[in-house]
Amino acid sequence: MDPEARKVVEIGYGGNERLIMNMGPQHPSAHGVFRALLVLEGETVVAVDAVIGYLHRCHEKLGETLTYVQYPSIASKTDYVAAMTSELAYVSAVEKVGKFEVPKRAQYLRVLVAELQRVASHCLWLGTWCLDMGGALGGGATVFLYCMREREAILDLFEALTGARLLYGFHQIGGTRYDLPAGWAEKARRTVDVIEQRIGEYEAMLEDNAFFLIRTQGVGVVSRELAEDVGLSGPLIRGSGVEYDVRRAEPYSSYGDFDFKVPVETAGDCYARYRVRMQEFRESIKIVRQALDGLPEGAISSRPGVKSVGQVRVPKGEGYARVEGARGEVGCYVISDGGPKPYRMKWRGASFSNLAILPHIIPGHKVADVVAIMGSVDPVFGEVDR
Amino acid sequence: MNPADAVSGIREKFGVEPVVDGATVTVALPVDQWREAGAWAKSTLGCRYFNWLSAVDWKAEGLEVVCRVENLESGLVLFLRTRLGAGATRCPSLVPVYRGADWMERECYDMFGVVFDDHPDLRRILLPQDWEGYPLRKDYAIDTPHAPYR
Repeated sequence: MDPEARKVVEIGYGGNERLIMNMGPQHPSAHGVFRALLVLEGETVVAVDAVIGYLHRCHEKLGETLTYVQYPSIASKTDYVAAMTSELAYVSAVEKVGKFEVPKRAQYLRVLVAELQRVASHCLWLGTWCLDMGGALGGGATVFLYCMREREAILDLFEALTGARLLYGFHQIGGTRYDLPAGWAEKARRTVDVIEQRIGEYEAMLEDNAFFLIRTQGVGVVSRELAEDVGLSGPLIRGSGVEYDVRRAEPYSSYGDFDFKVPVETAGDCYARYRVRMQEFRESIKIVRQALDGLPEGAISSRPGVKSVGQVRVPKGEGYARVEGARGEVGCYVISDGGPKPYRMKWRGASFSNLAILPHIIPGHKVADVVAIMGSVDPVFGEVDR
Repeated sequence: MNPADAVSGIREKFGVEPVVDGATVTVALPVDQWREAGAWAKSTLGCRYFNWLSAVDWKAEGLEVVCRVENLESGLVLFLRTRLGAGATRCPSLVPVYRGADWMERECYDMFGVVFDDHPDLRRILLPQDWEGYPLRKDYAIDTPHAPYR
């Protein structure tokens, strides 16, 4: 926060006094534990200080303490709403440094679960964001409950695949731990068919709603220049007119084989970010179908199952691997000294960089807009605080 | 701007030899050229995208600050690194060049105790303001007790 803004706090009734208001850390619109100190002039925010770290577990220290075999299941606890992609970032980095092969079937399975995870994560985002803007959307919880219903269907698929609904431990170094059970592919196809049809219903519900448009259009505008400077990624940077998607910029896990579009909007406001995510639903469903159609036969891992925690050793070296998570670029920087644990492991969390945009865009907006803007950023605090 | 142009430009401007791996150009610089290199990467190489910044503790050899910036149009990735020297903790801040460096440098200060000169608001970001020590340093044991527990 600008130190000047923090200083000017006067309590009075003259109409132009400044007031510091504490939003959070237990505020329903924060979608986690996040505290925003808002400096207000009347209803207008003039400065913001974001206080984060309530969920800090020092994942980077944990990563340096746990072996390559132990950590992947912990990695899913960074972005727990899209655990598939956070695990994938870690194992990809280790595979890059250690030059481990990944069989083609495992690569396709990784794409399949990553895209289903994106759909599930966007469902949760859409539902909670609409819940935040509640009253304007004719009954508040309607869209939320619909979205939770869709997300449940995908979590059921993940449960059938891995035995867990949120934190999967699906990826392992050199491939995946599980193969598709019998009948799973058919169930997945039916699920995405239903979701695809319902996305259209939500669009009709929201985009015909004048209140929704007023609350999102022209609110929280991020310019292209600011988006790059702060290091936004995912739907946020694509909502500001930058065509940046890791799946295109640096295709990993056979993404080059798939035919999909990278949706880009240029307005940079909450509505543009909403439109990007709505189009991503459909693109992800397209990729899921392609992955199911083209799934190659063969092994799912280039390594045998591990029998002891120190079994995976990575030669000396370093590397940075990134994947496109639901919220943007999730990356992992690993330095190996040749032992069973990384010497240094750094998380690049998409939510951390995305949340850093708030102090730049909130000033000048009304308090009610803060909620709309925060929801459009879609932060997951496990990933912000790591 | 392709990696080959970037390499010759860096060689000419800073007199160091970069390492190229695909589209990634890694440059190790002395700490007094740190901000100049950031500004030059942004203006000349078009690396306007600030991806992340962090540090590595090399024990007796001291801390190293690393930073990744990108040119999203050409796909060029510039990976900057600088050794602060044994026992040294000061590094010029990149905030005057990239606004995204603000939170990243605060996190780096929080975890490694790197003091970024000219940072507008250098406070702890993830840990409480009264926390003692820098957890990601190698001499900080993972079971260091911190009573009273909060």
